[in-house]
Amino acid sequence: MPLISSFLILIMIIAALAALFFDNLLNSIIAAGLVSLIASVLFYFLKAPDVAMTEAAIGAGLTTAIFVLALYKTERGKSE
Amino acid sequence: MKFRNFLALIIVAVFAFIIFQAFTIVPAAGEITINKFGQADLSNRTASRYINKNVNSDSKKVIYKESSNLESGSANIVTSVVANYRSFDTLGEITVLFLAAAGIAIVLNLEKSEKSRFAAKEASLILNTGIKIIFPLLLLAGAYIFIHGHLSPGGGFQGGAVIATAFLLKMLADYKFEIKEKSITLVESAAGIVFVGLGLYGLITRGSFLENFLATGTVGELFSGGTIAVIYTAIAFKVGAELTNIVKSLIEA
Repeated sequence: MPLISSFLILIMIIAALAALFFDNLLNSIIAAGLVSLIASVLFYFLKAPDVAMTEAAIGAGLTTAIFVLALYKTERGKSE
Repeated sequence: MKFRNFLALIIVAVFAFIIFQAFTIVPAAGEITINKFGQADLSNRTASRYINKNVNSDSKKVIYKESSNLESGSANIVTSVVANYRSFDTLGEITVLFLAAAGIAIVLNLEKSEKSRFAAKEASLILNTGIKIIFPLLLLAGAYIFIHGHLSPGGGFQGGAVIATAFLLKMLADYKFEIKEKSITLVESAAGIVFVGLGLYGLITRGSFLENFLATGTVGELFSGGTIAVIYTAIAFKVGAELTNIVKSLIEA
């Protein structure tokens, strides 16, 4: 289990850095969603399934969708 | 000023007066003692009691599907705290979510000149067909999560979020699909009224707001935990309506 956890945390750190440094904002949003998804798996490993479900449903699901919608409204819809 | 506004003002003023009165209550001498940092006796604290009492009873063994009439008959410790011991905090949380949804709706409706849906054209066949299949399943999964909130992980917030995700997918796939503003308002306010009404009924019959006044039943059965399941169902409807409203106003802005 520590091996899997450290692997996941490594991916999480990489995804968080990628979310900061990507030029394309859509890629950044997807990387941020990946951070939330891995966080929910880690919460499950830490025996907090309630928080894991909240994180997966809200952090990885709804927040990503809301960010994508906001991005579309602010930037992409007008430039095209 | 309309009569309704005047009535609302009076109700708010009365509640403000009651809350202000509650702040002026001074505890009797010796009732509350605040120790220095590091010297507090945790065995007298409420939190310690909750941790040591095996969640469902005062440090006596709880057997799944056998023990009955416990203080809070929920098999899930988190639900015990969220929807029973600390349900007043949950009421506050839901109010915060409501205010966030209301703020988003107000800001996005300010300049809603022409109707420009996010997907103002037909979505792809795969998305459309897939979501036709997955939409009722997602609703069912959300309902399962909040109905079994006192037995398994999950509960009102998670179930409500899953239901809102289902409506988000439906709105993305089908640009003709529209939820009426009125129905969201109806579901949301009805759930809020149920929550506060249960709290007031507990206040009248048992003497404290949101007291668990129903029989708690046997641990691990579907009909157990008293008001917990009812409150969590109300929370799920409220959270689902609020999150759906956020998504709807973002898509339709």
